[in-house]
Amino acid sequence: MARTTSVLQRYGSALLLALLPWAVPARTLERGNGPEPSTLDAHRCQEVACGNVLRDLYEGLVTEDAHGRLIPGMAQRWTLSPDGRTWTFHLRDGLRWSNGEALDAPQIVASFRRAFAPATAAPFGELFDALLNAQAVQAGKLPLTALGVSAPDARTVVFRLQRSASLPALLTLPIAFPVYLPAVQRYGAQHTRPGRLVSNGAYRLAAWTPQANLLVEKNPRFHDASGVAIAQVRFHVTEDAAAELQRYAAGDLDLTEVVPPQPLTALRARFGTQLRLSPYLGAFWLGMNLEREPLRDTPQLRRALALAIDRDLLARHVTGLGETPAYGIVPPGIEGYTPAATPWSKATQAQREAQARALYRAAGYSSERPLVIELRYNTSTPHRRLALAVAAMWRQTLGVQVRLRNEEWKVFVQNRRQRAITQVFRGGWIGDVPDARNFLAAFGSDGPLNWTGYDDAGFRQRLARADAAATEAARNAWLHAAETRLLNADAVIPLYYYTSKHLVSDELRGYEANALDRHASRWLSFGEGAR
Amino acid sequence: MKRWAGRLAEALITLWLLATLCFVLLRAAPGGPFDTEKAAPPEVQAALAAQYRLDRPLPAQYAAWLGDVARGDLGPSFQYPDYRVTQLIAGALPVSALNGGLALLLALALGIPLGVWAALRAERWSDRVLMFGAGLGLAVPKFVAAPLLVLLFAVTLHWLPAGGWGDWRHVALPVIALALPNIAYCARLTRASMLETLSADYLKAARARGLSETRLLLAHALRPALLPVAAWLSPALINVVTGSAVVEQVFGIPGMGRYFVQGALNRDYTLVLGVVLVVGALIVAINTAVDALRAWLDPRLREAG
Repeated sequence: MARTTSVLQRYGSALLLALLPWAVPARTLERGNGPEPSTLDAHRCQEVACGNVLRDLYEGLVTEDAHGRLIPGMAQRWTLSPDGRTWTFHLRDGLRWSNGEALDAPQIVASFRRAFAPATAAPFGELFDALLNAQAVQAGKLPLTALGVSAPDARTVVFRLQRSASLPALLTLPIAFPVYLPAVQRYGAQHTRPGRLVSNGAYRLAAWTPQANLLVEKNPRFHDASGVAIAQVRFHVTEDAAAELQRYAAGDLDLTEVVPPQPLTALRARFGTQLRLSPYLGAFWLGMNLEREPLRDTPQLRRALALAIDRDLLARHVTGLGETPAYGIVPPGIEGYTPAATPWSKATQAQREAQARALYRAAGYSSERPLVIELRYNTSTPHRRLALAVAAMWRQTLGVQVRLRNEEWKVFVQNRRQRAITQVFRGGWIGDVPDARNFLAAFGSDGPLNWTGYDDAGFRQRLARADAAATEAARNAWLHAAETRLLNADAVIPLYYYTSKHLVSDELRGYEANALDRHASRWLSFGEGAR
Repeated sequence: MKRWAGRLAEALITLWLLATLCFVLLRAAPGGPFDTEKAAPPEVQAALAAQYRLDRPLPAQYAAWLGDVARGDLGPSFQYPDYRVTQLIAGALPVSALNGGLALLLALALGIPLGVWAALRAERWSDRVLMFGAGLGLAVPKFVAAPLLVLLFAVTLHWLPAGGWGDWRHVALPVIALALPNIAYCARLTRASMLETLSADYLKAARARGLSETRLLLAHALRPALLPVAAWLSPALINVVTGSAVVEQVFGIPGMGRYFVQGALNRDYTLVLGVVLVVGALIVAINTAVDALRAWLDPRLREAG
């Protein structure tokens, strides 16, 4: 009798277990993810599409919660030395790779060395310019061992900086994720295939069909696996925003990467609370080439152009998806940083336009002798609409004759970088990390990112002071001073701050807006009553 | 046999000229594969250039690339460094071939009977309605038809997914979108050719001998009437099998068509060259196969060849 019961129990439970997945199919999260990810090699990833997937596959020493706040990742806790130059990270107990092998501090150090090896050609290396010897190592001038990362023991990682920097935020970038080097050594660039890619995050790679989708499944070895609700996530390639919207409307997607430009009222009427718009850490501005006539030695003219644009009108009627007018180039939302603003930001639009006309005349232009200028942007409908609106405002207020030049992306990027034929051009920046310096650094360099050619010792000095600052408050104060100086010089014309735009299924829980627009699947779940 | 060897040599020379021209044009285009908004530091750019042999003189790059191709390797993709171009194409070509093949089969299966039927009822109202529909099918571009299909079958009726790739349900709408203009064209072509054939003297004679209309149609009229359709097959097949960038983008299908557009926009030199070579080879192969089919349909071509 007892034997029968045990057999029944055994087979009964086995049967139940076998049937369970069929009876209650685990729902896969279907995410729209924009274009095909260029790579799944964390150290080489530079765009949003690969970042989204890699954030599910990997975890850095530090990671972010659903609200974008920094929380412990591989590291349980960290400390900063009194001089602000040495960060020490203490790893959690029992960290494992997705293949079950132990993950320790020396492996993390080795991964960093690989990230900064010249042959890896990591695109985000320069964000780590504060890390001791990082730039020299990446340039091949110093050996990999000179990089300022070390592992004094199996559970401690130490970073040496050459200037103060908010390192924890940087450690959330894919370049700081631990890449499993045995796979890299064995398979080279092709180590990122399903079955080969070993990761350490909430998910592991299950399938990859280029140009179609990428499937990740829950990683049982993840230290917080019990907190991960969704068992499978499929990242869909959704290159076309309009098509993505239709796929969402058809119920094929739970979450979209973008929302196509459509009137806000229509979108709200159709999707209600599913439409999620929130501030995004990015600023859109027009740059002016300070190395060429007619904008080189004419700050009055540059300010006249900046003043003549009605930003409220642009945000309401041209961009139209919750963007806010911008008077600076560092967007609001960076903890501890007070954004700077142009000196005239408090004036009314009528006052601005009056001042613009006066400055325009003072610069020697009039209706008889109007300014003729080129406004350059890369081919895209929203950019064209914006350029048309700006050109109309300049013409109406000042009588400026604007020639619109649209260029294919690669051509545009090249022209803007070379500063040889540009006059006014589409600019802007989206933050890689919530740090004001990230938005300002390019203007202090002579590098390929300084599209305006702005060259000011005072600005560079303020950046340097910020770098040398001992406290976060002092550092932010110097960065604020630098931004103010840049705005006072009228090198750029701020237009608006970005918003992130998504459609999120009502059944999805745990989706929270955050400034960097990062939404790791581990924080998401399907609510009660979801199919 | 000699004729086929000649054709092969011709084909290889054509492909080589095509690849060379494409190589030169790609390099003449401004901007490069590593021109991105957040441009990497010069050292990183140099490391990338060295990895992709871009630091060598152009003729050396060309020679190295030709050498790779001769060994069956189309090189690493610039935009997708985790993949060789060969792997990307090996994944995309079957997808496009499946979609295109099914679309063309559908076009033939519907277009030929509809065309014959319209020809037999020429100038009656049913013929007019049909030809009007065919005109519409030709006139509506795919970037309009495809979203309309999605709106109807996916968003409104929820019968089929609006896009993506996985099982047969994902194939249905793109195949219809690809097939629509082809059905229309095939029907019009068949109708016109059938009308011409039906008025031919030998058919009049056959009819006079008392052959039944059905037998007349199937045994004597259909085969010659299909000659123009067979001639059209070659461009149609090339068109659908090499993929439609529009349909693939709207439905999110991982086919060849998108690589043409993306590859060019990203300056993914190796990907564009690889796609051009493979599609070029495909065109040569399809043309040859269709020539053989036409020879079978029309004995006169056999003798002339």
